[in-house]
Amino acid sequence: MGRILSTSNGVAGVILLTIVLTAALFGPWIAPYDPQLFHSQARLQGPSATHWLGTDQFGRDLLSRILNGAPSTVLFGMGATSLGVCAGTVIGVIAGVAGGRTDGVIMRILDGMLAMPELLFTLLIVTFLGGGTLQALLAVGVAFTPGMARIARSAVLSVRTREYVLAARARGESRSWIVLREVLPNAIGPIIVEATIRVSFAIMIGATLGFLGLGAQPPSTEWGLMVSEARQFMFRNPWGVIIPGIAIAMTAMGFNLFGDALRDAFDPKRSL
Amino acid sequence: MNLSYLIRRLVAVLVVMAIVTVAVFAITNVLPGNAALMILGENATAQNLAALERQLGLDRPLLVQYFDWVSGVVRGDLGMSLRLGLPVAEVVGSAFINSMWLAGLALAAVTVISIPLGALAAIKRGTVYDTGIGVFSYVGTALPEFVTATLLLVLFASPANPIFPAGGFADPMEDFGLFLTHAALPVATLGLVLMAHISRQVRSEMSEVLSSDYVRAARIKGLSERRVIWRHTLPNSMAPAVAVISLDIGYLLGGIIVVEEIFAWPGLGRLLIYALQNRDLPVIQAITLVLAVVYALSNLISDLVIAKLDPRVRYG
Repeated sequence: MGRILSTSNGVAGVILLTIVLTAALFGPWIAPYDPQLFHSQARLQGPSATHWLGTDQFGRDLLSRILNGAPSTVLFGMGATSLGVCAGTVIGVIAGVAGGRTDGVIMRILDGMLAMPELLFTLLIVTFLGGGTLQALLAVGVAFTPGMARIARSAVLSVRTREYVLAARARGESRSWIVLREVLPNAIGPIIVEATIRVSFAIMIGATLGFLGLGAQPPSTEWGLMVSEARQFMFRNPWGVIIPGIAIAMTAMGFNLFGDALRDAFDPKRSL
Repeated sequence: MNLSYLIRRLVAVLVVMAIVTVAVFAITNVLPGNAALMILGENATAQNLAALERQLGLDRPLLVQYFDWVSGVVRGDLGMSLRLGLPVAEVVGSAFINSMWLAGLALAAVTVISIPLGALAAIKRGTVYDTGIGVFSYVGTALPEFVTATLLLVLFASPANPIFPAGGFADPMEDFGLFLTHAALPVATLGLVLMAHISRQVRSEMSEVLSSDYVRAARIKGLSERRVIWRHTLPNSMAPAVAVISLDIGYLLGGIIVVEEIFAWPGLGRLLIYALQNRDLPVIQAITLVLAVVYALSNLISDLVIAKLDPRVRYG
Protein backbone atom coordinates (compact mmCIF):
# COMPACT_ATOMS: atom_id res chain seq x y z
CA MET A 1 0.00 0.00 0.00
CA GLY A 2 2.84 2.37 0.82
CA ARG A 3 4.29 1.79 -2.62
CA ILE A 4 0.94 2.51 -4.26
CA LEU A 5 0.62 5.82 -2.42
CA SER A 6 4.16 6.86 -3.38
CA THR A 7 3.11 7.97 -6.88
CA SER A 8 0.64 10.70 -7.77
CA ASN A 9 -1.20 8.24 -10.04
CA GLY A 10 -1.62 5.87 -7.12
CA VAL A 11 -2.89 8.63 -4.83
CA ALA A 12 -5.39 9.79 -7.48
CA GLY A 13 -6.58 6.21 -7.98
CA VAL A 14 -7.05 5.62 -4.25
CA ILE A 15 -8.96 8.90 -3.83
CA LEU A 16 -11.25 8.16 -6.79
CA LEU A 17 -11.86 4.58 -5.64
CA THR A 18 -12.65 5.76 -2.11
CA ILE A 19 -15.31 8.15 -3.44
CA VAL A 20 -16.76 5.50 -5.75
CA LEU A 21 -16.76 2.72 -3.17
CA THR A 22 -18.30 5.03 -0.55
CA ALA A 23 -21.07 5.81 -3.04
CA ALA A 24 -21.44 2.12 -3.81
CA LEU A 25 -21.66 1.10 -0.14
CA PHE A 26 -23.81 3.91 1.24
CA GLY A 27 -25.24 5.60 -1.89
CA PRO A 28 -28.85 4.49 -1.57
CA TRP A 29 -28.94 5.68 2.09
CA ILE A 30 -27.29 9.07 1.65
CA ALA A 31 -29.33 9.96 -1.46
CA PRO A 32 -31.40 13.08 -0.70
CA TYR A 33 -34.51 11.91 -2.60
CA ASP A 34 -36.24 8.76 -3.81
CA PRO A 35 -34.50 8.09 -7.18
CA GLN A 36 -37.83 7.28 -8.87
CA LEU A 37 -39.83 10.19 -7.42
CA PHE A 38 -41.16 12.63 -10.05
CA HIS A 39 -40.72 16.29 -9.13
CA SER A 40 -43.10 17.52 -11.82
CA GLN A 41 -42.41 21.19 -11.07
CA ALA A 42 -38.69 20.75 -11.65
CA ARG A 43 -38.06 18.90 -14.89
CA LEU A 44 -34.75 19.02 -16.81
CA GLN A 45 -33.14 21.46 -14.41
CA GLY A 46 -29.48 22.24 -14.05
CA PRO A 47 -27.69 22.00 -10.70
CA SER A 48 -29.35 24.06 -7.94
CA ALA A 49 -29.59 24.23 -4.16
CA THR A 50 -32.56 21.84 -4.02
CA HIS A 51 -31.24 19.45 -6.69
CA TRP A 52 -27.44 19.54 -6.44
CA LEU A 53 -26.87 17.86 -9.79
CA GLY A 54 -30.14 18.82 -11.46
CA THR A 55 -33.09 16.71 -12.59
CA ASP A 56 -34.05 14.54 -15.57
CA GLN A 57 -37.03 14.68 -17.94
CA PHE A 58 -39.43 13.43 -15.26
CA GLY A 59 -37.97 15.72 -12.61
CA ARG A 60 -36.15 12.85 -10.91
CA ASP A 61 -33.20 13.99 -8.80
CA LEU A 62 -29.97 13.15 -10.66
CA LEU A 63 -27.75 12.97 -7.56
CA SER A 64 -30.10 10.44 -6.00
CA ARG A 65 -30.20 8.41 -9.20
CA ILE A 66 -26.41 8.40 -9.54
CA LEU A 67 -25.99 7.34 -5.90
CA ASN A 68 -28.58 4.60 -6.31
CA GLY A 69 -26.92 3.34 -9.48
CA ALA A 70 -23.47 3.17 -7.87
CA PRO A 71 -23.76 -0.22 -6.08
CA SER A 72 -25.04 -2.04 -9.16
CA THR A 73 -22.44 -0.41 -11.43
CA VAL A 74 -19.51 -1.36 -9.19
CA LEU A 75 -20.96 -4.83 -8.55
CA PHE A 76 -21.45 -5.30 -12.27
CA GLY A 77 -17.83 -4.43 -13.01
CA MET A 78 -16.45 -6.63 -10.26
CA GLY A 79 -18.89 -9.48 -10.92
CA ALA A 80 -18.24 -9.66 -14.64
CA THR A 81 -14.48 -9.39 -14.11
CA SER A 82 -14.45 -12.06 -11.38
CA LEU A 83 -16.32 -14.39 -13.69
CA GLY A 84 -13.86 -13.81 -16.52
CA VAL A 85 -10.85 -14.03 -14.19
CA CYS A 86 -11.97 -17.30 -12.57
CA ALA A 87 -12.88 -19.01 -15.83
CA GLY A 88 -9.81 -17.59 -17.58
CA THR A 89 -7.43 -18.57 -14.78
CA VAL A 90 -8.71 -22.14 -14.71
CA ILE A 91 -8.30 -22.46 -18.49
CA GLY A 92 -4.93 -20.68 -18.50
CA VAL A 93 -3.53 -22.78 -15.66
CA ILE A 94 -4.71 -25.99 -17.32
CA ALA A 95 -3.05 -24.95 -20.60
CA GLY A 96 0.13 -23.77 -18.91
CA VAL A 97 0.55 -26.81 -16.67
CA ALA A 98 -0.46 -29.40 -19.26
CA GLY A 99 1.67 -27.96 -22.07
CA GLY A 100 2.14 -29.80 -25.33
CA ARG A 101 -0.89 -30.71 -27.40
CA THR A 102 -3.56 -29.66 -24.89
CA ASP A 103 -1.88 -26.27 -24.62
CA GLY A 104 -1.74 -25.91 -28.41
CA VAL A 105 -5.42 -26.72 -28.91
CA ILE A 106 -6.55 -24.42 -26.10
CA MET A 107 -4.40 -21.58 -27.38
CA ARG A 108 -5.73 -21.90 -30.93
CA ILE A 109 -9.33 -21.75 -29.68
CA LEU A 110 -8.47 -18.70 -27.56
CA ASP A 111 -6.85 -17.06 -30.60
CA GLY A 112 -10.07 -17.59 -32.54
CA MET A 113 -12.10 -15.98 -29.77
CA LEU A 114 -9.66 -13.10 -29.45
CA ALA A 115 -9.84 -12.49 -33.21
CA MET A 116 -13.24 -10.87 -32.64
CA PRO A 117 -13.24 -7.37 -31.16
CA GLU A 118 -14.31 -7.63 -27.51
CA LEU A 119 -17.42 -5.48 -27.89
CA LEU A 120 -18.59 -7.50 -30.90
CA PHE A 121 -18.14 -10.74 -28.99
CA THR A 122 -20.06 -9.33 -26.02
CA LEU A 123 -22.87 -8.09 -28.28
CA LEU A 124 -23.24 -11.51 -29.91
CA ILE A 125 -23.47 -13.28 -26.56
CA VAL A 126 -25.80 -10.76 -24.95
CA THR A 127 -28.16 -10.91 -27.94
CA PHE A 128 -28.20 -14.68 -27.70
CA LEU A 129 -28.90 -14.49 -23.96
CA GLY A 130 -31.70 -11.99 -24.49
CA GLY A 131 -30.59 -8.70 -22.90
CA GLY A 132 -30.80 -7.62 -19.26
CA THR A 133 -28.33 -6.88 -16.47
CA LEU A 134 -27.50 -10.47 -15.56
CA GLN A 135 -27.16 -11.45 -19.21
CA ALA A 136 -24.86 -8.50 -19.83
CA LEU A 137 -22.74 -9.51 -16.84
CA LEU A 138 -22.42 -13.07 -18.13
CA ALA A 139 -21.57 -11.83 -21.61
CA VAL A 140 -18.81 -9.53 -20.40
CA GLY A 141 -17.45 -12.31 -18.20
CA VAL A 142 -17.34 -14.74 -21.12
CA ALA A 143 -15.78 -12.11 -23.38
CA PHE A 144 -13.03 -11.51 -20.79
CA THR A 145 -12.25 -15.21 -20.41
CA PRO A 146 -9.91 -15.74 -23.39
CA GLY A 147 -7.78 -12.68 -22.61
CA MET A 148 -7.49 -13.61 -18.95
CA ALA A 149 -6.67 -17.20 -19.87
CA ARG A 150 -3.73 -15.99 -21.95
CA ILE A 151 -2.40 -13.86 -19.12
CA ALA A 152 -2.83 -16.65 -16.58
CA ARG A 153 -1.07 -19.07 -18.92
CA SER A 154 1.93 -16.85 -19.45
CA ALA A 155 2.12 -16.17 -15.70
CA VAL A 156 2.12 -19.93 -15.08
CA LEU A 157 4.74 -20.53 -17.76
CA SER A 158 7.03 -17.97 -16.17
CA VAL A 159 7.05 -19.72 -12.79
CA ARG A 160 6.75 -23.32 -13.99
CA THR A 161 10.46 -23.91 -14.20
CA ARG A 162 11.49 -21.95 -11.09
CA GLU A 163 13.57 -23.75 -8.48
CA TYR A 164 10.82 -23.94 -5.89
CA VAL A 165 8.52 -25.70 -8.34
CA LEU A 166 11.28 -28.10 -9.33
CA ALA A 167 12.03 -28.66 -5.64
CA ALA A 168 8.38 -29.47 -4.95
CA ARG A 169 8.42 -31.87 -7.85
CA ALA A 170 11.60 -33.47 -6.57
CA ARG A 171 9.99 -33.85 -3.14
CA GLY A 172 7.34 -35.91 -4.90
CA GLU A 173 4.43 -33.55 -4.23
CA SER A 174 1.24 -34.23 -6.16
CA ARG A 175 0.50 -32.24 -9.28
CA SER A 176 -2.55 -30.47 -7.83
CA TRP A 177 -0.59 -29.57 -4.69
CA ILE A 178 2.14 -28.00 -6.80
CA VAL A 179 -0.37 -26.02 -8.86
CA LEU A 180 -2.36 -24.77 -5.87
CA ARG A 181 0.47 -24.15 -3.41
CA GLU A 182 3.48 -23.26 -5.55
CA VAL A 183 2.44 -22.14 -9.03
CA LEU A 184 -0.77 -20.16 -8.43
CA PRO A 185 0.36 -18.03 -5.47
CA ASN A 186 3.43 -16.97 -7.44
CA ALA A 187 1.57 -16.34 -10.68
CA ILE A 188 -1.31 -14.42 -9.11
CA GLY A 189 0.32 -10.96 -9.23
CA PRO A 190 -0.13 -10.20 -12.94
CA ILE A 191 -3.60 -11.75 -12.82
CA ILE A 192 -4.74 -9.41 -10.03
CA VAL A 193 -3.27 -6.37 -11.79
CA GLU A 194 -4.98 -7.24 -15.06
CA ALA A 195 -8.26 -7.92 -13.22
CA THR A 196 -8.21 -4.51 -11.52
CA ILE A 197 -7.70 -2.70 -14.81
CA ARG A 198 -10.37 -4.84 -16.45
CA VAL A 199 -12.99 -3.81 -13.89
CA SER A 200 -12.90 -0.40 -15.54
CA PHE A 201 -13.41 -1.95 -19.01
CA ALA A 202 -16.26 -4.09 -17.64
CA ILE A 203 -17.98 -1.01 -16.23
CA MET A 204 -17.57 0.82 -19.55
CA ILE A 205 -18.85 -2.13 -21.61
CA GLY A 206 -21.73 -2.61 -19.16
CA ALA A 207 -22.68 1.05 -19.54
CA THR A 208 -22.39 0.74 -23.33
CA LEU A 209 -24.75 -2.25 -23.33
CA GLY A 210 -27.16 -0.30 -21.12
CA PHE A 211 -26.91 2.59 -23.57
CA LEU A 212 -27.68 0.29 -26.53
CA GLY A 213 -30.71 -1.09 -24.67
CA LEU A 214 -29.18 -4.55 -24.23
CA GLY A 215 -28.29 -4.27 -20.54
CA ALA A 216 -30.28 -2.78 -17.67
CA GLN A 217 -33.85 -1.77 -18.53
CA PRO A 218 -35.83 1.35 -17.48
CA PRO A 219 -36.48 2.64 -14.87
CA SER A 220 -33.15 1.27 -13.65
CA THR A 221 -30.59 3.82 -12.44
CA GLU A 222 -27.81 2.14 -14.43
CA TRP A 223 -25.53 4.98 -15.58
CA GLY A 224 -25.30 4.00 -19.25
CA LEU A 225 -29.07 3.76 -19.45
CA MET A 226 -29.33 7.21 -17.80
CA VAL A 227 -27.18 8.70 -20.59
CA SER A 228 -29.28 6.96 -23.22
CA GLU A 229 -32.54 8.30 -21.72
CA ALA A 230 -31.14 11.80 -21.28
CA ARG A 231 -29.94 11.93 -24.89
CA GLN A 232 -33.39 12.87 -26.16
CA PHE A 233 -33.25 16.01 -24.05
CA MET A 234 -29.52 16.68 -24.28
CA PHE A 235 -29.87 20.08 -25.93
CA ARG A 236 -32.32 21.29 -23.27
CA ASN A 237 -30.42 19.89 -20.31
CA PRO A 238 -26.92 18.58 -21.06
CA TRP A 239 -26.45 17.81 -17.33
CA GLY A 240 -28.50 14.65 -17.78
CA VAL A 241 -25.70 13.34 -20.02
CA ILE A 242 -22.73 14.98 -18.33
CA ILE A 243 -23.43 13.77 -14.78
CA PRO A 244 -23.69 10.02 -15.46
CA GLY A 245 -20.84 10.39 -17.96
CA ILE A 246 -18.61 11.82 -15.24
CA ALA A 247 -19.72 9.08 -12.85
CA ILE A 248 -18.72 6.37 -15.34
CA ALA A 249 -15.41 8.07 -16.11
CA MET A 250 -14.54 8.55 -12.43
CA THR A 251 -15.19 4.91 -11.65
CA ALA A 252 -13.33 3.60 -14.68
CA MET A 253 -10.43 5.96 -14.03
CA GLY A 254 -10.23 4.97 -10.37
CA PHE A 255 -9.84 1.28 -11.17
CA ASN A 256 -7.46 2.07 -14.03
CA LEU A 257 -5.13 4.26 -11.97
CA PHE A 258 -5.23 1.87 -9.05
CA GLY A 259 -4.45 -1.09 -11.33
CA ASP A 260 -1.49 0.75 -12.88
CA ALA A 261 -0.16 1.70 -9.44
CA LEU A 262 -0.60 -1.91 -8.34
CA ARG A 263 1.45 -3.10 -11.30
CA ASP A 264 4.22 -0.65 -10.54
CA ALA A 265 4.20 -1.77 -6.91
CA PHE A 266 4.53 -5.41 -7.97
CA ASP A 267 7.23 -4.63 -10.49
CA PRO A 268 9.25 -1.51 -9.68
CA LYS A 269 11.21 -1.84 -12.91
CA ARG A 270 8.16 -0.85 -14.95
CA SER A 271 7.48 2.42 -13.18
CA LEU A 272 8.74 5.03 -15.57
CA MET B 1 11.98 -12.24 -42.65
CA ASN B 2 11.41 -14.63 -45.48
CA LEU B 3 8.73 -16.18 -47.62
CA SER B 4 8.27 -19.27 -45.48
CA TYR B 5 7.59 -17.09 -42.46
CA LEU B 6 4.95 -15.17 -44.41
CA ILE B 7 3.30 -18.39 -45.57
CA ARG B 8 3.29 -19.78 -42.03
CA ARG B 9 1.67 -16.62 -40.74
CA LEU B 10 -0.97 -16.69 -43.48
CA VAL B 11 -1.75 -20.31 -42.64
CA ALA B 12 -2.07 -19.36 -38.97
CA VAL B 13 -4.52 -16.61 -39.99
CA LEU B 14 -6.53 -19.19 -41.93
CA VAL B 15 -6.62 -21.54 -38.92
CA VAL B 16 -7.85 -18.72 -36.70
CA MET B 17 -10.46 -17.83 -39.31
CA ALA B 18 -11.69 -21.42 -39.37
CA ILE B 19 -12.12 -21.29 -35.59
CA VAL B 20 -13.91 -17.95 -35.91
CA THR B 21 -16.38 -19.43 -38.41
CA VAL B 22 -17.17 -22.24 -35.96
CA ALA B 23 -17.55 -19.79 -33.07
CA VAL B 24 -19.73 -17.41 -35.09
CA PHE B 25 -21.89 -20.21 -36.39
CA ALA B 26 -22.23 -21.72 -32.92
CA ILE B 27 -23.19 -18.43 -31.26
CA THR B 28 -25.65 -17.39 -33.96
CA ASN B 29 -27.34 -20.77 -34.05
CA VAL B 30 -28.09 -20.92 -30.37
CA LEU B 31 -29.91 -17.59 -30.66
CA PRO B 32 -33.40 -18.18 -29.32
CA GLY B 33 -36.00 -18.09 -32.08
CA ASN B 34 -34.73 -19.06 -35.49
CA ALA B 35 -34.82 -16.99 -38.64
CA ALA B 36 -38.12 -18.41 -39.88
CA LEU B 37 -39.90 -17.42 -36.68
CA MET B 38 -38.33 -13.99 -36.90
CA ILE B 39 -39.53 -13.44 -40.46
CA LEU B 40 -43.09 -14.66 -39.95
CA GLY B 41 -43.58 -13.23 -36.46
CA GLU B 42 -45.10 -14.64 -33.30
CA ASN B 43 -48.44 -15.52 -34.88
CA ALA B 44 -47.10 -17.77 -37.62
CA THR B 45 -48.76 -21.16 -37.98
CA ALA B 46 -46.67 -24.27 -37.47
CA GLN B 47 -47.29 -25.19 -41.11
CA ASN B 48 -45.99 -21.91 -42.49
CA LEU B 49 -43.01 -22.09 -40.18
CA ALA B 50 -42.10 -25.59 -41.31
CA ALA B 51 -42.44 -24.57 -44.96
CA LEU B 52 -40.20 -21.55 -44.56
CA GLU B 53 -37.67 -23.50 -42.52
CA ARG B 54 -37.49 -26.02 -45.34
CA GLN B 55 -37.12 -23.21 -47.88
CA LEU B 56 -34.28 -21.60 -45.89
CA GLY B 57 -32.68 -24.97 -45.22
CA LEU B 58 -33.03 -24.60 -41.47
CA ASP B 59 -34.45 -28.10 -41.06
CA ARG B 60 -31.18 -29.71 -42.08
CA PRO B 61 -28.63 -30.93 -39.50
CA LEU B 62 -26.44 -28.13 -38.08
CA LEU B 63 -23.27 -29.67 -39.45
CA VAL B 64 -24.68 -29.65 -42.98
CA GLN B 65 -25.80 -26.03 -42.54
CA TYR B 66 -22.32 -25.12 -41.29
CA PHE B 67 -20.47 -26.65 -44.22
CA ASP B 68 -22.97 -25.19 -46.61
CA TRP B 69 -22.33 -21.74 -45.15
CA VAL B 70 -18.53 -22.12 -45.11
CA SER B 71 -18.38 -23.37 -48.67
CA GLY B 72 -20.48 -20.36 -49.64
CA VAL B 73 -18.10 -18.04 -47.81
CA VAL B 74 -15.14 -19.55 -49.63
CA ARG B 75 -16.88 -18.93 -52.96
CA GLY B 76 -17.75 -15.38 -51.90
CA ASP B 77 -21.45 -16.21 -51.57
CA LEU B 78 -22.65 -15.07 -48.15
CA GLY B 79 -26.31 -15.86 -48.73
CA MET B 80 -29.35 -13.59 -48.69
CA SER B 81 -30.22 -11.14 -45.95
CA LEU B 82 -33.38 -12.36 -44.23
CA ARG B 83 -34.67 -8.85 -43.64
CA LEU B 84 -33.40 -6.69 -46.46
CA GLY B 85 -34.08 -9.11 -49.31
CA LEU B 86 -30.64 -8.40 -50.79
CA PRO B 87 -27.52 -10.53 -51.14
CA VAL B 88 -25.46 -10.28 -47.94
CA ALA B 89 -22.24 -9.73 -49.89
CA GLU B 90 -23.75 -6.61 -51.46
CA VAL B 91 -25.12 -5.13 -48.22
CA VAL B 92 -22.03 -5.93 -46.16
CA GLY B 93 -19.71 -4.88 -48.97
CA SER B 94 -20.98 -1.31 -49.21
CA ALA B 95 -21.20 -0.99 -45.42
CA PHE B 96 -17.62 -2.29 -45.20
CA ILE B 97 -16.34 0.46 -47.48
CA ASN B 98 -18.10 3.16 -45.45
CA SER B 99 -16.70 1.71 -42.23
CA MET B 100 -13.18 1.56 -43.61
CA TRP B 101 -13.36 5.25 -44.53
CA LEU B 102 -14.28 6.01 -40.94
CA ALA B 103 -11.77 3.65 -39.33
CA GLY B 104 -9.00 4.64 -41.74
CA LEU B 105 -9.51 8.33 -41.16
CA ALA B 106 -9.59 7.83 -37.38
CA LEU B 107 -6.44 5.72 -37.48
CA ALA B 108 -4.60 8.24 -39.64
CA ALA B 109 -5.61 11.16 -37.42
CA VAL B 110 -4.66 9.26 -34.28
CA THR B 111 -1.26 8.20 -35.62
CA VAL B 112 -0.36 11.70 -36.76
CA ILE B 113 -1.38 13.29 -33.46
CA SER B 114 -0.58 10.79 -30.73
CA ILE B 115 2.96 9.76 -31.67
CA PRO B 116 4.36 13.32 -31.43
CA LEU B 117 2.22 13.87 -28.32
CA GLY B 118 3.64 10.82 -26.58
CA ALA B 119 7.17 11.56 -27.78
CA LEU B 120 7.02 15.11 -26.45
CA ALA B 121 5.72 13.88 -23.11
CA ALA B 122 8.67 11.49 -22.85
CA ILE B 123 11.21 14.16 -23.80
CA LYS B 124 9.73 16.70 -21.39
CA ARG B 125 9.26 14.15 -18.62
CA GLY B 126 8.14 15.54 -15.29
CA THR B 127 7.05 18.90 -16.69
CA VAL B 128 3.55 20.39 -16.67
CA TYR B 129 3.25 19.31 -20.29
CA ASP B 130 3.92 15.67 -19.39
CA THR B 131 1.41 15.77 -16.53
CA GLY B 132 -1.17 17.34 -18.83
CA ILE B 133 -0.82 14.53 -21.36
CA GLY B 134 -0.95 12.00 -18.54
CA VAL B 135 -4.22 13.40 -17.20
CA PHE B 136 -5.65 13.63 -20.72
CA SER B 137 -4.77 10.01 -21.43
CA TYR B 138 -6.38 8.71 -18.24
CA VAL B 139 -9.55 10.74 -18.78
CA GLY B 140 -9.68 9.73 -22.46
CA THR B 141 -9.44 6.01 -21.77
CA ALA B 142 -12.07 6.21 -19.02
CA LEU B 143 -14.78 7.78 -21.20
CA PRO B 144 -16.84 5.26 -23.17
CA GLU B 145 -17.50 6.26 -26.80
CA PHE B 146 -21.19 6.82 -26.27
CA VAL B 147 -20.48 9.46 -23.61
CA THR B 148 -17.85 11.26 -25.71
CA ALA B 149 -20.10 11.12 -28.77
CA THR B 150 -23.06 12.55 -26.90
CA LEU B 151 -20.98 15.33 -25.36
CA LEU B 152 -19.52 16.21 -28.77
CA LEU B 153 -23.05 16.38 -30.17
CA VAL B 154 -24.11 18.77 -27.40
CA LEU B 155 -21.07 20.95 -28.01
CA PHE B 156 -20.84 20.98 -31.80
CA ALA B 157 -24.15 19.89 -33.28
CA SER B 158 -26.83 21.52 -31.16
CA PRO B 159 -29.68 23.21 -33.06
CA ALA B 160 -28.47 26.56 -31.71
CA ASN B 161 -24.89 26.00 -32.80
CA PRO B 162 -24.72 23.46 -35.64
CA ILE B 163 -21.03 23.51 -36.55
CA PHE B 164 -21.10 19.89 -37.72
CA PRO B 165 -23.99 17.67 -38.85
CA ALA B 166 -25.37 15.49 -36.04
CA GLY B 167 -25.21 12.40 -38.16
CA GLY B 168 -25.37 10.87 -41.61
CA PHE B 169 -22.92 10.26 -44.36
CA ALA B 170 -21.76 11.71 -47.66
CA ASP B 171 -19.95 9.79 -50.38
CA PRO B 172 -16.27 10.84 -50.26
CA MET B 173 -15.96 10.11 -53.99
CA GLU B 174 -18.58 12.73 -54.80
CA ASP B 175 -18.03 15.49 -52.27
CA PHE B 176 -14.99 15.02 -50.08
CA GLY B 177 -15.53 18.26 -48.16
CA LEU B 178 -19.05 17.29 -47.19
CA PHE B 179 -17.80 13.83 -46.28
CA LEU B 180 -15.25 15.37 -43.93
CA THR B 181 -17.86 17.47 -42.13
CA HIS B 182 -19.92 14.32 -41.55
CA ALA B 183 -16.86 12.38 -40.45
CA ALA B 184 -15.55 15.04 -38.05
CA LEU B 185 -17.48 14.09 -34.92
CA PRO B 186 -17.32 10.28 -35.37
CA VAL B 187 -13.58 10.49 -36.00
CA ALA B 188 -13.12 12.78 -33.00
CA THR B 189 -15.01 10.30 -30.81
CA LEU B 190 -12.99 7.30 -31.94
CA GLY B 191 -9.80 9.34 -31.91
CA LEU B 192 -10.06 10.58 -28.34
CA VAL B 193 -9.91 7.13 -26.74
CA LEU B 194 -7.23 5.86 -29.10
CA MET B 195 -5.13 8.98 -28.81
CA ALA B 196 -5.27 8.79 -25.05
CA HIS B 197 -4.14 5.18 -25.07
CA ILE B 198 -1.51 5.38 -27.80
CA SER B 199 0.16 8.56 -26.59
CA ARG B 200 0.55 7.01 -23.14
CA GLN B 201 2.12 3.88 -24.59
CA VAL B 202 4.42 5.84 -26.89
CA ARG B 203 5.52 7.93 -23.93
CA SER B 204 6.41 4.88 -21.89
CA GLU B 205 8.23 3.16 -24.78
CA MET B 206 10.17 6.29 -25.54
CA SER B 207 11.07 6.88 -21.90
CA GLU B 208 12.58 3.42 -21.92
CA VAL B 209 14.63 4.18 -25.03
CA LEU B 210 15.73 7.54 -23.58
CA SER B 211 17.15 5.81 -20.52
CA SER B 212 18.91 3.12 -22.56
CA ASP B 213 22.66 2.70 -22.77
CA TYR B 214 23.01 3.69 -26.42
CA VAL B 215 21.23 6.99 -25.87
CA ARG B 216 23.48 7.67 -22.90
CA ALA B 217 26.46 6.78 -25.06
CA ALA B 218 25.26 9.17 -27.76
CA ARG B 219 24.99 11.94 -25.17
CA ILE B 220 28.42 11.21 -23.72
CA LYS B 221 29.83 11.33 -27.23
CA GLY B 222 28.68 14.95 -27.19
CA LEU B 223 25.94 14.75 -29.81
CA SER B 224 23.43 17.56 -29.79
CA GLU B 225 20.15 16.83 -28.01
CA ARG B 226 18.30 17.22 -31.30
CA ARG B 227 20.46 14.58 -32.96
CA VAL B 228 20.08 12.23 -29.99
CA ILE B 229 16.32 12.44 -30.29
CA TRP B 230 15.92 12.41 -34.07
CA ARG B 231 18.60 9.88 -34.93
CA HIS B 232 18.80 7.62 -31.89
CA THR B 233 15.57 7.77 -29.94
CA LEU B 234 12.70 8.27 -32.37
CA PRO B 235 13.62 5.53 -34.88
CA ASN B 236 13.92 3.03 -32.04
CA SER B 237 10.56 3.99 -30.58
CA MET B 238 8.68 3.52 -33.84
CA ALA B 239 8.41 -0.27 -33.78
CA PRO B 240 6.74 -0.39 -30.34
CA ALA B 241 4.45 2.44 -31.45
CA VAL B 242 3.29 0.38 -34.43
CA ALA B 243 2.74 -2.60 -32.12
CA VAL B 244 0.56 -0.49 -29.83
CA ILE B 245 -1.45 0.90 -32.74
CA SER B 246 -2.06 -2.57 -34.18
CA LEU B 247 -3.36 -3.81 -30.82
CA ASP B 248 -5.74 -0.87 -30.73
CA ILE B 249 -7.23 -1.77 -34.10
CA GLY B 250 -9.34 -4.41 -32.35
CA TYR B 251 -10.57 -1.68 -30.07
CA LEU B 252 -11.24 0.61 -33.03
CA LEU B 253 -13.29 -2.08 -34.77
CA GLY B 254 -15.40 -2.47 -31.63
CA GLY B 255 -15.66 1.30 -31.26
CA ILE B 256 -17.14 1.82 -34.73
CA ILE B 257 -20.17 -0.27 -33.70
CA VAL B 258 -21.29 2.28 -31.11
CA VAL B 259 -20.08 5.36 -32.98
CA GLU B 260 -21.81 4.43 -36.23
CA GLU B 261 -25.03 3.74 -34.36
CA ILE B 262 -24.96 7.15 -32.67
CA PHE B 263 -23.96 9.16 -35.75
CA ALA B 264 -26.13 7.19 -38.20
CA TRP B 265 -23.06 6.25 -40.24
CA PRO B 266 -24.13 3.56 -42.75
CA GLY B 267 -21.30 1.13 -41.98
CA LEU B 268 -20.78 -2.33 -40.56
CA GLY B 269 -21.48 -1.27 -36.97
CA ARG B 270 -24.86 0.19 -37.69
CA LEU B 271 -25.72 -2.74 -39.93
CA LEU B 272 -24.68 -5.14 -37.17
CA ILE B 273 -26.95 -3.50 -34.58
CA TYR B 274 -29.81 -3.63 -37.07
CA ALA B 275 -29.08 -7.29 -37.85
CA LEU B 276 -28.82 -8.19 -34.16
CA GLN B 277 -32.14 -6.51 -33.41
CA ASN B 278 -33.78 -8.36 -36.30
CA ARG B 279 -31.97 -11.68 -35.89
CA ASP B 280 -30.70 -11.43 -39.46
CA LEU B 281 -28.31 -14.35 -39.05
CA PRO B 282 -26.51 -14.33 -42.42
CA VAL B 283 -25.72 -10.63 -41.99
CA ILE B 284 -24.52 -11.10 -38.39
CA GLN B 285 -22.27 -13.98 -39.43
CA ALA B 286 -20.82 -12.10 -42.38
CA ILE B 287 -20.05 -8.93 -40.38
CA THR B 288 -18.38 -10.86 -37.57
CA LEU B 289 -16.26 -12.73 -40.07
CA VAL B 290 -15.29 -9.56 -41.94
CA LEU B 291 -14.26 -7.77 -38.75
CA ALA B 292 -12.22 -10.78 -37.61
CA VAL B 293 -10.45 -10.98 -40.98
CA VAL B 294 -9.64 -7.26 -40.94
CA TYR B 295 -8.28 -7.57 -37.40
CA ALA B 296 -6.14 -10.62 -38.22
CA LEU B 297 -4.74 -9.06 -41.40
CA SER B 298 -3.95 -5.77 -39.69
CA ASN B 299 -2.02 -7.68 -37.04
CA LEU B 300 -0.08 -9.49 -39.74
CA ILE B 301 0.69 -6.26 -41.58
CA SER B 302 1.85 -4.55 -38.40
CA ASP B 303 4.21 -7.46 -37.65
CA LEU B 304 5.71 -7.06 -41.11
CA VAL B 305 6.07 -3.29 -40.63
CA ILE B 306 7.71 -3.83 -37.24
CA ALA B 307 10.21 -6.22 -38.79
CA LYS B 308 11.03 -3.58 -41.41
CA LEU B 309 11.40 -0.82 -38.81
CA ASP B 310 13.44 -2.77 -36.32
CA PRO B 311 16.25 -4.85 -37.81
CA ARG B 312 16.70 -6.63 -34.47
CA VAL B 313 13.33 -8.30 -34.93
CA ARG B 314 13.89 -11.46 -36.93
CA TYR B 315 11.18 -13.84 -37.91
CA GLY B 316 12.36 -17.21 -38.98
